Amino acid sequence: MRKKLVLIGNGMAGVRTVEELLKADPNLYEITIIGKEPYPNYNRIQLSSVLQGDKKLDDIFLNSYSWYANNGITLHTGEAATEIDRRRKLVLTDKGREIPYDKLIVATGSLPYMLPLPGADKEGVIAFRDIKDCETIMETARHYRKAVVIGGGLLGLEAARGLLNLNMDVTVVHIFHHLMERQLDETAAMMLQAELEKQGMRFLLQKNTEKILGRKRVTGVMFSDGTTEKADLVVMAVGIRPNVELAKKSGLEVNRGIVVNDYLQTSDPDIYAVGECAEHREIVYGLVAPLYEQGQVLAKHLAGVPTDPYTGSVTFTSLKVSGVDVYSAGEFRDGGGARAIRILDEAQGIYKKILVRGGRVVGAVLFGDTSDGPKLFSLIRKRADISAFGKLSLFGGGGDKAAGTDWASVSDDEMICGCNGVSKGTIVDAIRHQGCVTVEQIKGCTNASRSCGRCKVQVAEILEHVLGELGETAAPAAVKTGMCGCTALSHEEVRREIRAKGLRSTREVMHVLGWRNPEGCPKCRPAINYYLGMLFPEDYEDDSSSRFINERVHANIQNDGTFSVVPRMYGGVTSPDQLRKIADVAEKYNVRMVKVTGGQRIDLLGVRKEDLPKIWEELDMPSGFAYGKAIRTVKTCVGSTFCRFGTQDSIQMGIDMEKKFERLYAPYKVKMAVSGCPRNCAESGIKDIGVVAIEGGWEIYVGGNGGVELRAAELLVTVKTPEEVLEWSGAFLQYYRENARYLERTSHWIERVGLKAVQEALADPETRRALNERLDVALSVTKDPWKETVRNPELRKPYEPITVG
Amino acid sequence: MPRYRIGNTEDIPKCGARSVFLNGRRFAVFHLSDGSFHAIENRCPHKGGPLSEGIVSGPFVFCPLHDWKIDVTDGRVQAPDRGCVRTFDVEIEGGNVYIRLDEENWTEAG
Repeated sequence: MRKKLVLIGNGMAGVRTVEELLKADPNLYEITIIGKEPYPNYNRIQLSSVLQGDKKLDDIFLNSYSWYANNGITLHTGEAATEIDRRRKLVLTDKGREIPYDKLIVATGSLPYMLPLPGADKEGVIAFRDIKDCETIMETARHYRKAVVIGGGLLGLEAARGLLNLNMDVTVVHIFHHLMERQLDETAAMMLQAELEKQGMRFLLQKNTEKILGRKRVTGVMFSDGTTEKADLVVMAVGIRPNVELAKKSGLEVNRGIVVNDYLQTSDPDIYAVGECAEHREIVYGLVAPLYEQGQVLAKHLAGVPTDPYTGSVTFTSLKVSGVDVYSAGEFRDGGGARAIRILDEAQGIYKKILVRGGRVVGAVLFGDTSDGPKLFSLIRKRADISAFGKLSLFGGGGDKAAGTDWASVSDDEMICGCNGVSKGTIVDAIRHQGCVTVEQIKGCTNASRSCGRCKVQVAEILEHVLGELGETAAPAAVKTGMCGCTALSHEEVRREIRAKGLRSTREVMHVLGWRNPEGCPKCRPAINYYLGMLFPEDYEDDSSSRFINERVHANIQNDGTFSVVPRMYGGVTSPDQLRKIADVAEKYNVRMVKVTGGQRIDLLGVRKEDLPKIWEELDMPSGFAYGKAIRTVKTCVGSTFCRFGTQDSIQMGIDMEKKFERLYAPYKVKMAVSGCPRNCAESGIKDIGVVAIEGGWEIYVGGNGGVELRAAELLVTVKTPEEVLEWSGAFLQYYRENARYLERTSHWIERVGLKAVQEALADPETRRALNERLDVALSVTKDPWKETVRNPELRKPYEPITVG
Repeated sequence: MPRYRIGNTEDIPKCGARSVFLNGRRFAVFHLSDGSFHAIENRCPHKGGPLSEGIVSGPFVFCPLHDWKIDVTDGRVQAPDRGCVRTFDVEIEGGNVYIRLDEENWTEAG
């Protein structure tokens, strides 16, 4: 019988605790979560981003309803716990439910502190705490003009920025004489205020709000000095207080928050508290990072896993107002034995201060350039001894905003994501050893940038830095250390071994060469299949289970699981007859769209898999191989047939090339073009093989790429006759097929080996002859896959889904 | 829980899968290299991709749309991605393939 764990509160702290618990032991507890708001767990911190228009509400949900279901968690939303019966160990809710528990976690968070002013109950007076508040504010901004934000702290300023973006006239009222007095010293606060005023915010400092004016709806606010300010909307952002009513009522020890020990246990041994409602060593935290640290300790404790106790957190804050960089960690006020090391650059708007006490770093405030933040935070956490550093070397890039962080010199235990406690070392490990190659993947693996999101830029920089060290570019194909996670062997070594040992199937290759995963992965299986087919075109039996869906079904899969059909249109030339056939088929099968492609042919989009063979049969046209790592098209421009500038017959050249090389598989897609003159209307300059006609001959360019990494093709050779064009193109193609790595475009391959090497290899006519001979063998065994499928019932069968009932 | 016959073992390619429409719902039935058969909902939790079309390696299928890796024996999405697909019991008897489907307790995934 599993123990019952009930969590009151469906917010970030509580749900993170459950996530950590599931990681530690997914089967120990039967978990029920009760949440007052009618949503699954969402990132409350990013409400500011939603208000500022940088994110949509849909983007901030952290866990979907299916996450709860998939993890066997019973979730009650829109329901509030009203009582904890500690004797019978039951939680009672406002829907009359009675939920039994063995262990209970209270994570009721905070309530926004609403100033008890006369008039605070008028329409248009609101807090900024949850999704409902956010939506109300956004709706109000559509009909009203003037907003007053009471509270010049973190939340108030973020809300004010959001209101500016919603085109409201915004005044921030603050009782203190400078902003953010809980995180910033006066210098930084004044710089911040100047910057925000530039952005359009107005400030009324040292003003104490006494009364909210208006009849049913607010019209303004009045201060204790008698002055007033107009307002259509009043946002109260003066602070939050722990939501402890339930705990108090139930007899738990409550101070400001619910008092807990170092294992987050309350005065009742079976009840725990975590998050903003908990008070640990007299501190109630209002920032997310400590809450996650608490959650980790509590989760391990509940799972019976040994853990260090929670001893409190060093916190940092960063202001999420677009265009303003503010960072504060640890102590920030001078005096009281703390001395400061400062840099102030008024011209550039940069202020940096490090606080030192007893020779140790205890705090930092940064304004304008916060790139030193993670490094300094790490020093503060470690209470680093300052004598180890030259004073000013603590400040990294100084005032030069353009100079990035030198990631190589940043130590592995530097905290990058303060919200989730992710160090540089953890991120580097995720990239090197867990296959993460995007910021999203790193987020999924390590939780970095999952909360406030400010460290995303740094995560991306680290990613770039590590990939650079590994010799990878944006296309992760060229990894020095092995063709994929299954082996340490490189592409070249695998090809060599296949030849040397005469290996003849993908299975055999993986088995004989000691693959870590006996059945490989989507990176190596298609590559091995390609190499085998390229090396032994006449003998090798293709392993279709090692091909991507596109090449298996000879059509391009789209984002909704339908496919597209692209018949051949040699050289981009069609005829009324062809067009009629295509039109008839498109109508009969009701395809969603008929579109012209970049390759100068026609695409039928939105075709169901089961209709593919029927369409092919009725079209009766050759496959365009638009879906394959193969020869694609040869684009042409009009040329000497019609064009007054055309020097050669580019159309015929293009058609001849496409007819000769069609159906050939290659390391990646191969796009070609033939232009009739150097005006290059067929865009030969960005093709894998681009031919340009000149007076008396043809120029052949290679290695171009018009896609993600734009690259101009380079001149390989100039020849006189169309036959030579075919000879050199063929030799180049075959050389590429034999020597490039799978998934390397000609552009990447030539960047890697250099055009000179290719030219030297192809200079010898005998080499070209041999290459073309091997190419012709490969071409001789190609078949049109559409025709093959249409006439073979065994090949047709898999297109039909099995339908029962 | 009733079971439904969906075809012969030969109908499902080894190291691959077939898409199955059963009572109006989509399943992907896999035939792994170790000879076992498994059925999951034919819908990647990421963006709904057809898992029956993915490359299969060991017990894993890789979604053809964005390469999510899913263990077809227990439905779990592998790191760095997270999630789960429904799994269903498959029985093989005399060369026939059956799926067990509990109609009454079927609820749409959230």
